[in-house]
Amino acid sequence: MSRITERFRACRSAGRTALIPYITGGDPSPEETVRLMHALVAGGADIIEVGVPFSDPMADGPVIQAACARALAAGTTPARLFEVVRRFREDDPDTPVVFMGYANILEAAGYAAFVRDAAAAGVDGLLTVDLPPEEAGELADEAQAQGLDLIYLAAPNTSTARLERVCAVAGGFLYAVALKGVTGSADLDAGRVEQQVAGIRRVTDLPVAVGFGVRDPQSAAALAPCADGVIVGSALVRMIGEHGAAPDLPERLRDAVRALRRAMDETTTGGDS
Amino acid sequence: MATKAEQYGGDPAVGQDGHFGRFGGRFVSETLVGPLEELAEAYAEARRDPAFQAELDRELRDFVGRPTPLYLAERLTAGAGGARIYFKREDLAHTGAHKVNNTVGQAVLAARMGKTRIIAETGAGQHGVATATVAARMGLECVVYMGADDVRRQAANVYRMRLLGAEGRAVDAGTRTLKDAMNEAMRDWVANIDNTFYIIGTVAGPHPYPTLVRDLQRVIGVETRAQILEREGRLPDAVVACVGGGSNALGIFHPFLDDAGVRLVGVEAGGEGLASGRHAAPLNAGRPGVLHGARSYLMESDEGQIIGTHSISAGLDYPGVGPEHAWLKDTGRAEYVTVTDAGALAAFHRLSRTEGILPALETSHAVAHAECLAAELGPDATVVVNLSGRGDKDIATVAAQEGIEL
Repeated sequence: MSRITERFRACRSAGRTALIPYITGGDPSPEETVRLMHALVAGGADIIEVGVPFSDPMADGPVIQAACARALAAGTTPARLFEVVRRFREDDPDTPVVFMGYANILEAAGYAAFVRDAAAAGVDGLLTVDLPPEEAGELADEAQAQGLDLIYLAAPNTSTARLERVCAVAGGFLYAVALKGVTGSADLDAGRVEQQVAGIRRVTDLPVAVGFGVRDPQSAAALAPCADGVIVGSALVRMIGEHGAAPDLPERLRDAVRALRRAMDETTTGGDS
Repeated sequence: MATKAEQYGGDPAVGQDGHFGRFGGRFVSETLVGPLEELAEAYAEARRDPAFQAELDRELRDFVGRPTPLYLAERLTAGAGGARIYFKREDLAHTGAHKVNNTVGQAVLAARMGKTRIIAETGAGQHGVATATVAARMGLECVVYMGADDVRRQAANVYRMRLLGAEGRAVDAGTRTLKDAMNEAMRDWVANIDNTFYIIGTVAGPHPYPTLVRDLQRVIGVETRAQILEREGRLPDAVVACVGGGSNALGIFHPFLDDAGVRLVGVEAGGEGLASGRHAAPLNAGRPGVLHGARSYLMESDEGQIIGTHSISAGLDYPGVGPEHAWLKDTGRAEYVTVTDAGALAAFHRLSRTEGILPALETSHAVAHAECLAAELGPDATVVVNLSGRGDKDIATVAAQEGIEL
């Protein structure tokens, strides 16, 4: 069983919705990313998403675009991010790590090499935003060989027929895109998301995590009851952008995650059992 | 002239599913998959509908001014000292470039799909103006994204778009040029897919755009083929066109693909020379990768980050190229060369003075190479150049080269 699957099972039996924070790898620097990953866990993260910076992040809003630019300016490369995960793993063998990025980084490295290096570093899953299942054949073969989960997106406008095709090849969890738009958009409708998640559950037994547009503890709490996981990205990345040079950035980030965790736990009915 | 079926039909097996060999495809985030499928279906259906073809033909004739002439450039030919050089005069199309062939077609399709809002990206502003033009013609709301640096460099075109009722939005991200405008247009589209049609300006982007835009630009080559047969009684020895994204080149190449005796030559922007690294020639100096929804040749770092490009012509200043060109390069059916900024500028001046035609700086790259090719092929041969656009938009750039501020 993969670390991701294991973690969702543990959350489910604890009656808890998984909290999945996203940070852009290498922002403000690769060294700092290791500390920030530990801070996310200290704040209550169940799974960590690390963005692999790309020069042209088409699916991201301005906050994560800026983070990509900062990370690249700091000299971040996939090789350095693999090193970041290796170092994170020295102190944390349990928290699943998902790399989220764009196809061209994998194309440039070669799918086989990227997957092999990611798996060896301790990465558990890959979410490649612009690589839908139809284009992911080569990646899927490699990921399966190396035991990496390939995570796919389900959008509000994804048809049921297509959802079935996506779920047939998806692993780890399904990432439900909560709104039509880019990351960090701001017009989330919890009622509609609930329907979307229900539709996904009719098609798959995979855990469903909701992201795009979760910008504060209130919106995380609103989504927590209907999903297996809530993904929070731009809100945290904005904080890193504003306080990147602050010596207490890890503590600030930990506290922000803790606030999300607390708000989510207050609305989920299961509680600790 | 060719029949309408010949003009728009005849899609080869390659490209049916959006792939040209290993190139092309649909590399997009999930939210765009549905709208792209919807577009592909709507286009397939429109192609089969004689009413769509009839409307398109009417617009191309009455609004765009087609067919455009095929013109023998006698004085340029004499100067080059070789093959007869013909120009396909796309500069005489409405708005001054081939771009409008595509925007008219996509706008008709947008209206047919019930979309009320048009968005586009633009570099030099030619596609933006062509889009704003058809949006005005059809009463559609129009937003054009343009890199902030390009907005500054192409102020006249920005104002033209405003006069036409379109809203220009400056993109202050990345390198603040065409690729960033395209990123931003994609982001707009993903957020407004219910009412918005994205008119991509070249044969790039995710499927079905590369085939859709190619089909709409094929009219250039179809007319050219008939016109040169009428004038010369035989096919040309070579067809030359500049390649940024590659729509004018593919439009004129495509009807000649099966004519093995016709050399198809694409000219990329050599900038300050390939060795300088300051150029925009992915087919000559890039490698395959994925950007803006398709796999093609790209200008990128070892790690796959897209790198800045340079060309004196904003319209060629793009790090990618349409996937069908990548395929034509790899199969050897077309050849791709480069011309530097200096070479293009010199051709701009020669053409202005010998023929009374101010060509676009993009087009000047093709003219420069055609002159060399004409000399090489000798006086019995003919070369057709796609004179893709007029150069009025570039006079400030050219003047600046001579230290003149207009």
